[in-house]
Amino acid sequence: MSTATATHDEHHDHGPAKGLMRWVTTTNHKDIGTLYLLFALVMFFIGGAMAMVIRAELFQPGLQLVDPQFFNSMTTVHALVMIFGAVMPAFTGLANWLIPMMIGAPDMALPRMNNFSFWILPFAFSLLLSTFFMNGGGPAGGWTLYPPLSLQMGDGFPFLIFAIHLAGISSIMGSINIVVTILNMRAPGMTLMKMPLFVWTWLITAYLLIATMPVLAGAVTMLLTDKFAGTSFFSAAGGGDPVMFQHIFWFFGHPEVYILILPAFGIVSAIVPTFARKPLFGYSSMVYATASIAFLSFIVWAHHMFTVGMPVVGELFFMYATMMIAVPTGVKVFNWVSTMWKGSMTFETPMLFAVGFIIMFTIGGFSGLMLAIAPADFQYHDTYFVVAHFHYVLVTGAVYSIMAAAYYWLPKWTGNMYDEKLGKMHFWISTVSVNVLFFPQHFLGLAGMPRRIPDYSVQFTDWNVISSIGGFVFGASQLMFAYVVIKTIRGGEKATSQVWEGAHGLEWTLPSPPPYHSFTEAPEVK
Amino acid sequence: MRKLAGISTAYLGAAFTSAHADYALNMRQGVTSTSQSVYDLHMIIFWVCCVIGVVVFGAMIYSIVNHRKSKGAVAAQFHESTTMEILWTVVPIVILVSMAIPATNTLLAMEDTGDAEMTIKVTGIQWKWKYDYVDGDAAGVSFISSLHPDHNQARLLGSGADVTQFGDNYLMEVDNPVVIPTGKKVRFLLTAADVIHSWWVPDLGWKKDAIPGFVNEAWTKLDEPGTYRGKCAELCGKDHGFMPIVVVAKSPEDYALWVAEQKGAAAAAAASADREWTAEELIAKGEQVYTANCAACHLANGQGVPPAFPALAGSAIATGDLAAHIDRVLNGKAGTAMAAYRSILNDADLAAVISYERNAWGNSAGVVQPAAIKAAR
Repeated sequence: MSTATATHDEHHDHGPAKGLMRWVTTTNHKDIGTLYLLFALVMFFIGGAMAMVIRAELFQPGLQLVDPQFFNSMTTVHALVMIFGAVMPAFTGLANWLIPMMIGAPDMALPRMNNFSFWILPFAFSLLLSTFFMNGGGPAGGWTLYPPLSLQMGDGFPFLIFAIHLAGISSIMGSINIVVTILNMRAPGMTLMKMPLFVWTWLITAYLLIATMPVLAGAVTMLLTDKFAGTSFFSAAGGGDPVMFQHIFWFFGHPEVYILILPAFGIVSAIVPTFARKPLFGYSSMVYATASIAFLSFIVWAHHMFTVGMPVVGELFFMYATMMIAVPTGVKVFNWVSTMWKGSMTFETPMLFAVGFIIMFTIGGFSGLMLAIAPADFQYHDTYFVVAHFHYVLVTGAVYSIMAAAYYWLPKWTGNMYDEKLGKMHFWISTVSVNVLFFPQHFLGLAGMPRRIPDYSVQFTDWNVISSIGGFVFGASQLMFAYVVIKTIRGGEKATSQVWEGAHGLEWTLPSPPPYHSFTEAPEVK
Repeated sequence: MRKLAGISTAYLGAAFTSAHADYALNMRQGVTSTSQSVYDLHMIIFWVCCVIGVVVFGAMIYSIVNHRKSKGAVAAQFHESTTMEILWTVVPIVILVSMAIPATNTLLAMEDTGDAEMTIKVTGIQWKWKYDYVDGDAAGVSFISSLHPDHNQARLLGSGADVTQFGDNYLMEVDNPVVIPTGKKVRFLLTAADVIHSWWVPDLGWKKDAIPGFVNEAWTKLDEPGTYRGKCAELCGKDHGFMPIVVVAKSPEDYALWVAEQKGAAAAAAASADREWTAEELIAKGEQVYTANCAACHLANGQGVPPAFPALAGSAIATGDLAAHIDRVLNGKAGTAMAAYRSILNDADLAAVISYERNAWGNSAGVVQPAAIKAAR
């Protein structure tokens, strides 16, 4: 650790290179963090535009705008773009910006790899989106890529697979960098159990990524050879097993769900104490709960597959294991509420998003608990009830935490305060519209509307109309967020180094904006 | 701007007035003992969530209202309490265990397909269902069930049809419903011919995937005659949204009549396969078969949607060597959505549809007799 800082001292005066090449060749954690976050924002709008197409088609029964094949590719690519292009890169961007500043390091441990892991992403998503212009169109078999359906894709299929490989390689490199940084570059005195929870949750997330991304890579490679090399891994006619793909996919897919939410837990655990002006209620139990969730995430995957016809003993096991997840997740929610209890709270925009996160993520958790009950899942499975569930945990969960983080740390990153009035407006319009958008989808699913359909029976019209209106408003209101971010980057009231009255942690000891290399001399942590 | 507002108001107005006032909120209770126990489980876990929600959100809202700086609240500095942590770990575990017990009982009952009195094999095919009656009085009855032709026409992009004319059953009407007798435990064997489908009738209380190469089991017992509707629930390609399921439960007497009718029709079809057909008969029959089975991909005008779904008008196969044409329809094309129709259609239907394809849309390549199909199998 001390050698790393010593070598940096020798040329501590170099700043960013000039011009566009700064961004192409940069090895600086802040530059790369910014690139990740901007990339995620662009992808958020591309995926969002696809969601608007979906909601516009579902506004009325009958087909008005797009044909069913294109509709299916919208749902498929919306999911791939939002998960792999928006939420995951946004969290990696936050990790890049924040982890070195939070643990008292000058930069990430592996800066050149950091550059590579970002610059792979634009290529990955160009490949993915280019499939829309190929014979047969974009992927339309669902983001889960279940064979045999996914193998019916046209010429774009290998591009889809390579795009996933590239995104996976990027994630693995990013994760290795995060693990190495956290384990090797902490300032003296920053023991593991003194690390901010954001660092803890990302450490665990990074291990989940390293463990599961190769599994996904293996599964999609088997799809590729099934399509082009004559293998029959997933074809029953050739002695293979289409259900095996689902087992392999969800062995990746379920930890992936927690990859998308654990860093969010870290963000909320940073913001709530700041604005309650009160320490986090149970720091160590939060760490243990995060680790428990990560462990459980590896043994619950088949709850995505209750209807494939598993033996009843398998169904019972996965039902019990899934129900157990409610316990550590509950511990987290109870700890946040206890942190707020008897605090001295103010409700600036980051706190609004954090409180919104706790309430709406918990609603998503409740529907998750309902989905865990296997017999009831036989009704819920593959309906809009599931769609409502995972959008509550991913939009009002993961995305809300990213919004909260952006508002919370933007003044630190840019040195300028954001426009509080616009930020609050953004929160309230988003929160009302996102509930109008997703809450009625619970009712649609319970009434019997399957997911991934472009057209529906007339009795489902009313809630679909309402959901679409919510969707249009929610989509439009995110333009406000982009506006606030740009406005803050360009100027605004100067931020102090602490920014928030109740903020604690190393990143708040640096000036706003922080120097190009975060801690050229390791701070002393008591 | 005003014009835009006018249009959107009209659009919205149409949306609300054309819709049935049917803001359904909750799960359907269904009509079987299984669907009732699933509904009961759903309601128990729902109320458990509501109670936890009231406690947690109540504490949070109380805190948000009262413990704010603007009200002069001073932050307490307490944190860490092992007692609390243990309490809020143990209480949820107790709640979960008490939930797991009824859930386990229901699950075991649902998965017990023993003592079934009759068996129906269900095969998912892009994008229709095939039903084979395996045993009992109806043994040997077999038919394809696809979206009703009127609905199939109205649902096309740019059809201009007002789909609300079909009422609540839009996209939930089929040409041949599956018929089962009341009062009997019916076992379903589910499989698929091409990709994974999922057979779901909400009123029966379950769905089960139909997977190529696998045979899944499920069961139901309906006590009241009636019509129960559902849809394919697993994404299965372009027309996933358009492969409904209709189950008609008939009293044992009516069911016996239906079985006799089906057997008569099957005998007639078998007899007709052995005779010589006229070209007009073949083409007329073939057009019906084509509309029901082929038009979803190759389109009514034979133009298809290349490259995924090739055109048949003027195609090398539909105008060239007859044996190759028969082979393609009988055996399908591996790696594409083109299914093998050998087990889906009978000889007469196959002869008719091939004859139609060879003589429609300007094609002119002669007809084929059912006997030739029989020989080619």
